[in-house]
Amino acid sequence: MALLSGKTKEALLGPLNKNNPVIVQVLGICSALAVTSKLEPAIVMAIAVTVVTALGNVVISLLRKTIPNRIRIIVQLVVVAALVTIVSEVLKAYAYDVNKQLSVYVGLIVTNCILMGRLEAFALGNGPWASFLDGIGNGIGYGWILVAVGFVREIFGSGTLFGHKIIPQSFYDMGYENNGFMMLAPMALILVAIIIWIHRTKNKELQEEA
Amino acid sequence: MDAINLIIRSIFVDNMIFAYFLGMCSFLAVSKDVKTALGLGVAVTFVLVLTLPINYLLENYMLKDGALAWLGPQFADVDLSVFSLLVFIAVVASFTQLVEMVVERFSPALYNSLGIFLPLIAVNCAILGGSLFMQQREFANIGMATAYAFGSGIGWLLAIVGMAAIREKLEYSNVPKPLKGLGITFIITALMAIGFMSFSGINI
Repeated sequence: MALLSGKTKEALLGPLNKNNPVIVQVLGICSALAVTSKLEPAIVMAIAVTVVTALGNVVISLLRKTIPNRIRIIVQLVVVAALVTIVSEVLKAYAYDVNKQLSVYVGLIVTNCILMGRLEAFALGNGPWASFLDGIGNGIGYGWILVAVGFVREIFGSGTLFGHKIIPQSFYDMGYENNGFMMLAPMALILVAIIIWIHRTKNKELQEEA
Repeated sequence: MDAINLIIRSIFVDNMIFAYFLGMCSFLAVSKDVKTALGLGVAVTFVLVLTLPINYLLENYMLKDGALAWLGPQFADVDLSVFSLLVFIAVVASFTQLVEMVVERFSPALYNSLGIFLPLIAVNCAILGGSLFMQQREFANIGMATAYAFGSGIGWLLAIVGMAAIREKLEYSNVPKPLKGLGITFIITALMAIGFMSFSGINI
């Protein structure tokens, strides 16, 4: 696999674990928390962000020698905003209900720090193929956190997955109740904190001193 | 009276951070000490108050379905709302660049301590989010939009300063090692958000 050697492999696989955008680089938290009360919007959001990050990375990487340094942020934002507009129109056409649930958060992909962070930190200094892989890697790294949080919140918050009932009725008859607290926003923060806790127990070098 | 009501609501009930999680990235990263947090909070409020009314005018006289009717009857059914994201972000980005230059000129100390997060105000979700919420809620006039911007900015400022104050005290507590830094910050934010939830439902 000549295409996936050394640095490019790192670009693709690093963000899944050691260099995860959400729990290590602290990027893209806003949307990670707001769309995860159900699994379906979480997955749609993850895919949308992956697509936009990968394409945005490629475009900026191709343009990187021609963009004047002083106005690079505006150029990046315009590229990203154009991509997001396309994604949002596609969602409106093929997944209208999910699009309604995501409301402003689709538009807010533009300001998702993962995008700008990766564009600034990676695409401006690397070739298109490596940037593409970096975008895919970061998108998936962001996605699995979203899916994990969405999974826990939906199953404990409403007893369903993708809207299908998972917890059997007999449990409810015995007095089991859905945990309404899971549906509230703060629970997403606490779940991410727990993921961070587990992740950093395993990766001691990431622990902070302060 | 409506405007005051709206300001208070957007500070406490619809708080940008605790109700919508907007602007979390810089909220988590710059809340290490109160002074820097205050500087960033003021900058965010300033950019919000400047950009939201401009975006309101653009939305209502250019982008909305039928908004171009003032140009003449042949434009009455033009709908440019597809471009709203592009236009909003362009306005926000150019104003951020402006604020960056002003801060660099007049307060180099603040400029150095804000570091990378000054240009990142442009991608602070709170600011674009403010414009998108404005589009959704269809405020009656530009005054209300400005009031909303001001309230949201102050709410954001309050949250980040509160957070920074708590984190300064946190230095003396014995947090489990893997939770230090980021992890505990998330949990504190969650607890603060639960606190702010008690404001919901208040009508003034």
